[in-house]
Amino acid sequence: MSTTTPPLVDYDEAISRFDPVIGIEVHVELGTATKMFDGASTEFGAEPNTQVTPVSLGLPGALPALNGKAVESAIKIGLALNCEIAELCRFARKNYFYPDVPKNFQTSQYDEPIAFDGWIDIELDDGEVVRVEIERAHMEEDAGKNTHVGGATGRIHGAEYSLVDYNRAGIPLVEIVTRPITGVGDRAPEVARAYVQTLRDIFRALDVSEARMERGNVRADVNVSLRATPEAPLGTRTETKNVNSFRSVERAVRHEISRQAGVLDAGRTVTQETRHWHEDTGVTTAGRVKSDAEDYRYFPEPDLVPVAPSREWVEEIRATLPEMPVARRRRLQTEWGYADAEMRDVVNAGAIELIEATVAAGAAPAAARKWWMGELARTAKTEGVELADLPVTPEQIGQLQQLVDAGRVNDKLARQVLAGVLAGEGSPEEVVTARGLEVVSDDGALLAAVDEALAAQPDVVEKIRGGNQGPVGAIIGAVMKATRGQADAGRVREIVLERVQQG
Amino acid sequence: MATQPSSDLTRRTAAQLSEALRAGEVTSVEVTQAHLDRIAAVDGAVHAFLHVSAEEALATAREVDARRAAGEELHPLAGVPIAVKDVVVTKGLPTTAGSKILEGWVPPYDATLVERLRAAGLPILGKTNMDEFAMGSSTEHSAYGTTHNPWDLDRIPGGSGGGSAAALAAYEAPLAIGTDTGGSIRQPGAVTGTVGVKPTYGGVSRYGLIALASSLDQAGPVTRTVLDSALLHEVIGGHDPRDATSLPEDLPGLVAAARAGQGGDLTGVRVGVVDELNGEGYQPGVRARFEESLELLRRAGAEVVHVSCPHFGHALAAYYLILPSEASSNLAKFDGMRFGLRVEPTEGTVTAERVMAATRGQGFGDEVKRRIILGTYALSAGYYDAYYGSAQKVRTLIQQDFAAAFEQADVLVSPTAPTTAFRLGEKLDDPLAMYLNDVATIPANLAGVPGMSVPNGLSEDGLPVGFQILAPARADDRLYRVGAALETLLEREWGGPLLNRAPELATEGTTR
Repeated sequence: MSTTTPPLVDYDEAISRFDPVIGIEVHVELGTATKMFDGASTEFGAEPNTQVTPVSLGLPGALPALNGKAVESAIKIGLALNCEIAELCRFARKNYFYPDVPKNFQTSQYDEPIAFDGWIDIELDDGEVVRVEIERAHMEEDAGKNTHVGGATGRIHGAEYSLVDYNRAGIPLVEIVTRPITGVGDRAPEVARAYVQTLRDIFRALDVSEARMERGNVRADVNVSLRATPEAPLGTRTETKNVNSFRSVERAVRHEISRQAGVLDAGRTVTQETRHWHEDTGVTTAGRVKSDAEDYRYFPEPDLVPVAPSREWVEEIRATLPEMPVARRRRLQTEWGYADAEMRDVVNAGAIELIEATVAAGAAPAAARKWWMGELARTAKTEGVELADLPVTPEQIGQLQQLVDAGRVNDKLARQVLAGVLAGEGSPEEVVTARGLEVVSDDGALLAAVDEALAAQPDVVEKIRGGNQGPVGAIIGAVMKATRGQADAGRVREIVLERVQQG
Repeated sequence: MATQPSSDLTRRTAAQLSEALRAGEVTSVEVTQAHLDRIAAVDGAVHAFLHVSAEEALATAREVDARRAAGEELHPLAGVPIAVKDVVVTKGLPTTAGSKILEGWVPPYDATLVERLRAAGLPILGKTNMDEFAMGSSTEHSAYGTTHNPWDLDRIPGGSGGGSAAALAAYEAPLAIGTDTGGSIRQPGAVTGTVGVKPTYGGVSRYGLIALASSLDQAGPVTRTVLDSALLHEVIGGHDPRDATSLPEDLPGLVAAARAGQGGDLTGVRVGVVDELNGEGYQPGVRARFEESLELLRRAGAEVVHVSCPHFGHALAAYYLILPSEASSNLAKFDGMRFGLRVEPTEGTVTAERVMAATRGQGFGDEVKRRIILGTYALSAGYYDAYYGSAQKVRTLIQQDFAAAFEQADVLVSPTAPTTAFRLGEKLDDPLAMYLNDVATIPANLAGVPGMSVPNGLSEDGLPVGFQILAPARADDRLYRVGAALETLLEREWGGPLLNRAPELATEGTTR
């Protein structure tokens, strides 16, 4: 083996000569109140080793008891991913010695996953839809968390000592494994990212997990291999473990494609191994070589009975499934009549729910989008907050738009009303009253203002009489100025024309 | 009736003690102290106990006496002391499973069955000796010295639960808890002249039993009479949500069945003799007592039939693949990381992996290592189907044999063990000979059916032998009816319990 690392190949160059195949394993921590096999709390952020029982510490004599809520969540995920749900499946023991695994075996599902043979459509940024096939989704328990103290790398080698926090040991996980994703070419990194993002959205829609990437609720292992052509057999793959943000998923795939292309170009073979992802430098480094992979001595977990979800229960769960995010987006886009680019902006801004609620509160979809993607987006950007965190509700935006639609405020006034609402002055109606912002459509007040304006610009009157309506705007402008913008512009135009004819 | 002298209290059955306590003739403190005194007097020779919890037992006894004095309604066995096999986790009391690897470990929680004992008010006298992690048939594999058979101190008390059985035979406790993975309750019962019951798998919670083989382990009563076993079985049995393999349904009436059996009438009961569990390899005296017991059952009205279980011949081989496989995984947690013994390597770097290896190397005895190696091998990739997979198929065939046999008979019977107690050291260097001692008891564990051993006489060598009764799963009550009937008929012939014929043990110091 050579000790030098072959240079990376430029990504576009790599893609022009190799066909990438990817596969993704996503672990999601379920948001159950208690652990997979015992009554310990799963709350995040507690003092180390305070959320443990004899079961999650693996004390002698302790036995697992299955969390029914976790099974329900796993079935929900399976159904959302269009999987078959097993009529009977068992847990197995995956035996290996490591201090973060309290029993020195992990209770997992091996050859009998609860869900299998599914698919999910994911949508890329430009709207292209890619179908990803799901091989399986299975249940397992999380391990504890190791902290290696001392040493430069934060890894176990070179550390002075290691600490283990078993609060995480036994947290229920569902692992979702794709079949090899082929035929996506240069979009492989983006597909990988969009897939993980789609799963995250699904977990949230199903309410099975908070799915917070930064807390490690969702973790991805990405498999990448290259082959010369799409017709060639699959190449040797690497598995980059624990890639924990959307952006990193994309970068890690991209990096592996460049790196493996370099290895192949150098006439070497890719080593089948797990690799570590380095967020800071954006590279992967070699981990455990798979050919010396341990023999996990799987066998059916004798302390648990098989899980046999009745078909009635599965159908009950199916009936309660919410609409999946991609389908919902498509439905709403059709209902709202947004262009693809408009919808994409809305999605990226996280404004779907806000607009949906605003429409429900009586605003037209176009108006709702205009508010949230316009004035409110600017305000949020200025304030450095998310749209949803602005101190205004979709219902208030709906009320505001109704004021506009009824002609009680014009656009300019409406922005002032919104400013009042954002400043905490109450509902749009209350702000209008308190600030006296309603448009003036009282003819008496307007007549006086129009006459004054006409008298000040006799030349304009002549032009209008001569059939040129263009200068009407100048008169309206003057009236608006005089009424501090509160005049009903439509009514002003009518009055101007009436007076000119009369005169 | 005047208060009995303490020395007599240890000779009473648990049922008799229960009556005396309820009648106010004795206090729990007196009964408990009597047994503690007996332990002090004879356990130096017997070594049934690894830990005696005198203070805790007396505290419980005082509390029970106070509650009784206050007129509180108590469990029938409240105040009757009990010994617990050291494989059962007891909060605040050392628990070693007979292994050095757990020396000094004091569990922070109670097994479910211990919770139930405490709730019923049974003072816990201490923890009894056993083969390390329940691996053995003689208690010689204990890391803390062997237990001696009270009938002959040079002989084994059976195993793995030799401590519990010997404690009963030596009158050190009126009740004890055992666990039975392949015969560890029944075979010690047979060779010590005591009663032992392995309930239906799932009948007694396994939560808090240090697992040997999860799919085979079952805790049960160790007593001197069938009725006492029924009383204890009803305390510890019943559903436990913390054990996923715990049966959901209520226990059948066990005490009622035992009392019914004491009438000695078995009219209409079909008793099936398992031909494969009798004959070659069984000591003549064992076979003779078995035939005599069958004759007694016939006279009591039972219909004795012969049944064949053709696959029982493979039971031992299947058992010695399934047990080590599960054990190799169950014992993985003993690694020096979180509890128990921790050994750091004397040279080289101290890594987690090397601490685990050093701890396990030093903490486990030879028999435990032998079985971990066997199990690890049987589960390895490429061998799984040939070993573990095949053994599970044999297990299914044995279950089918039982199902067919129970169509012809209400209970099945056999000698409990092929021989009487062998001499200490006799089979220690021959694991296969040791394993063969469980040939008649293992099939019940593989099938999950309940079994009982009742003392049925002395062999030609003057040592006790046992009569095994097996019933279909969930029909533990049948064991008690037939067992109590046989016990009654035998004691009529003997003029009292078999244990009356055991030699008196020399005592140390003075008993009160």
